[in-house]
Amino acid sequence: MGFWANMIKEFPYFMSVLLHGAVTTITVAVGALAFALVVGLVVALLKMSPFRVVRFVTSAYIELLRGTPALAQLFVIYFGLPDVGIDVAPVTAAIVGLGINGSAYLAEVYRAGIESIHKGQVEAALSLGMTPARAMQYIILPQAVRVMLPPITNFSIVLLKDTALVSVVAAPEIMFYARNLVTETFLSMQVYLLAALIYLSMTIPMARVVAMLERKRKAWR
Amino acid sequence: MLDLVEVYRENIASWLPEMGMACLGTLKLTFVSFLLAIAVGLLVALLRISTHRTIRGVALTYIEVARGMPALVILYIVYFVPPQVAPGVKWLAFSSFTAAVIGLAIHGGAILAEIFRSGIEALHRGQREAALSLGMTPTKAMAYIILPQATRIVLPPVANYAIGLLKDTAVCSLIAAPELMLRAKDLASSSFQPMAVFLLAAALYFVMSYPLALGARYLEMRLNYSR
Amino acid sequence: MQSDKTTSTDSKDAPLLSIRDLHKSFGELEVLSGVDIEVARGEKLCIIGPSGSGKTTLLRCINYLEKPTSGHIWIDGTLIGEKKVGDRYVHLNDYELARERREIGFVFQRFNLFPHLTALQNVTIAPRKVLGIAPAEAEAKGKEMLDKVGLGHKVNEYPERLSGGQQQRVAIARVLAMQPKLMLFDEATSALDPELVGEVLRVMRELAQEGRTMVVVTHEIQFASEVSDRVIFMDQGKIVEEGPPSAILTNARHERTRAFLSQITDR
Repeated sequence: MGFWANMIKEFPYFMSVLLHGAVTTITVAVGALAFALVVGLVVALLKMSPFRVVRFVTSAYIELLRGTPALAQLFVIYFGLPDVGIDVAPVTAAIVGLGINGSAYLAEVYRAGIESIHKGQVEAALSLGMTPARAMQYIILPQAVRVMLPPITNFSIVLLKDTALVSVVAAPEIMFYARNLVTETFLSMQVYLLAALIYLSMTIPMARVVAMLERKRKAWR
Repeated sequence: MLDLVEVYRENIASWLPEMGMACLGTLKLTFVSFLLAIAVGLLVALLRISTHRTIRGVALTYIEVARGMPALVILYIVYFVPPQVAPGVKWLAFSSFTAAVIGLAIHGGAILAEIFRSGIEALHRGQREAALSLGMTPTKAMAYIILPQATRIVLPPVANYAIGLLKDTAVCSLIAAPELMLRAKDLASSSFQPMAVFLLAAALYFVMSYPLALGARYLEMRLNYSR
Repeated sequence: MQSDKTTSTDSKDAPLLSIRDLHKSFGELEVLSGVDIEVARGEKLCIIGPSGSGKTTLLRCINYLEKPTSGHIWIDGTLIGEKKVGDRYVHLNDYELARERREIGFVFQRFNLFPHLTALQNVTIAPRKVLGIAPAEAEAKGKEMLDKVGLGHKVNEYPERLSGGQQQRVAIARVLAMQPKLMLFDEATSALDPELVGEVLRVMRELAQEGRTMVVVTHEIQFASEVSDRVIFMDQGKIVEEGPPSAILTNARHERTRAFLSQITDR
């Protein structure tokens, strides 16, 4: 019927436009992931600081970022910062916004991963004469990384989906282009279906990877 | 930055009531979507462990697809597509609130289905066998033995989902659902004070979600203790 | 030979449990290779053998927690676990099996008590929800059963507060409350710390003296020699030897039986 005829006719055009957006989607996702991984680690380490003030500030950072929607954070960065004199480009706002949001989440993942390593491991390492730093480097972190891989991969999947939000800060990713296409052609069903397919083609393989990682971890225990 | 203090002093009296009302919209949206998502999630979880291969397959596909897409795409599809594809059918032209609820429930149902399924599977197989050995039918075993225990296990992840849901309602502003973010956007553009308005909105979201977060953490502690 | 769904009005001589040519395979692996057993009413049968011999699988087939690949089982003259559809036999599903399982009591190696219920609730849940017995009556009977296994003072405790031996005794009380015709024990003491084994064996001995029909899979040779009327030695899915405990346990005919027994008692 009309649906399929339009779909077949417009498929090449829609796909080329949407895939254009997919490039931005991936750019933003990778950028935000890198940002979140690094900043998250810093935050996690700060949270273990001996100074109560530092611990408090870091906790507040984590609570505030996890307790507010990513969309609100994006708005504050993209619309709010110019207001106080700092101009931000859309993609930058997207990466920083999602990155900061992710850093709070990953800080908790890091903490849980490190805490999950049995205290006996630390004790064994120290009794062998290792300094805390060496214990961390050779014994704790390698095991913690294995534990953290599934949640970090899960987070990447969530991050990929959250990039859809940055369409509102005019970052030219998939949904941004999708909305334009719909305004242009009124073929909302075809456009959004194709957009959905593109997302699924990225998230489903990643989900399989997570499942495999989980299985390997269970076997390894 | 000190301007901010000035801005707030001037406007807080008119902003707060307006945004406060919008918060009610957010809470209402969260509550209704949560209930619907739980219902959907339970149903799909039970289908997922069905003995019929086709039923299992359908449930699995739904879960993978609904979880693999951004909630935004689902919301757009629910809100924009029916009026365009079936313009005559009036009841399909969902209001933004209804579309938001449906969209969030579809997305959330998939997430919850997986949470419920792992809760049920976390139970040792021996529990089911003991129940069946005593002469219980699978239904009775599920009702008296499996589900009561599984509920305890899933409470923390479900609580976390609820918090995420509250934050996701902000996305519904993009289909003009009556909640806080939409009001904030309007206010920001009409007052030309985006920074102040959005910070205030963020603060209000925090005020709504933090009690939930504390409650979830308390639940987790209580449940781990009594196991 | 017995017919299918007829309830027998046989004399007391008819066997309570009858197993014919039972085979069970898990995929490629055949775990039971043709087992024939008859257990008379009131008889205590002990099954011993190395791990992997199929004895647990055999027990689990009796209450159809595992579905046999071939072979038939009768309890009290009635074919269980299957129904005749035209010319063939078809396995019953868990809904249909529920009815038959009421009369078979199964005590698990890992107890499988319901952790969200107290000891008394564990014992009364099946009488109430499966047999429809009124709560007050079920509770009275439940307390009686818990008393019988020596746990009358623990009726309101949750399983996590009970020792392994206590948990297993609650599990036995739970089975007793359903008044089964046949009781199956799947290595009931294997998961217990050594000092807790005695209290469970004591309960099992009492039950044996009451004239109950019991099939016990166990490693406790001493217990088997004292309590059983008949001992079966299984290996690699087949019955190797069977006979009264005095014959088997002290004077086995087959090499494999003797090898197994010396291994166990040497420990």
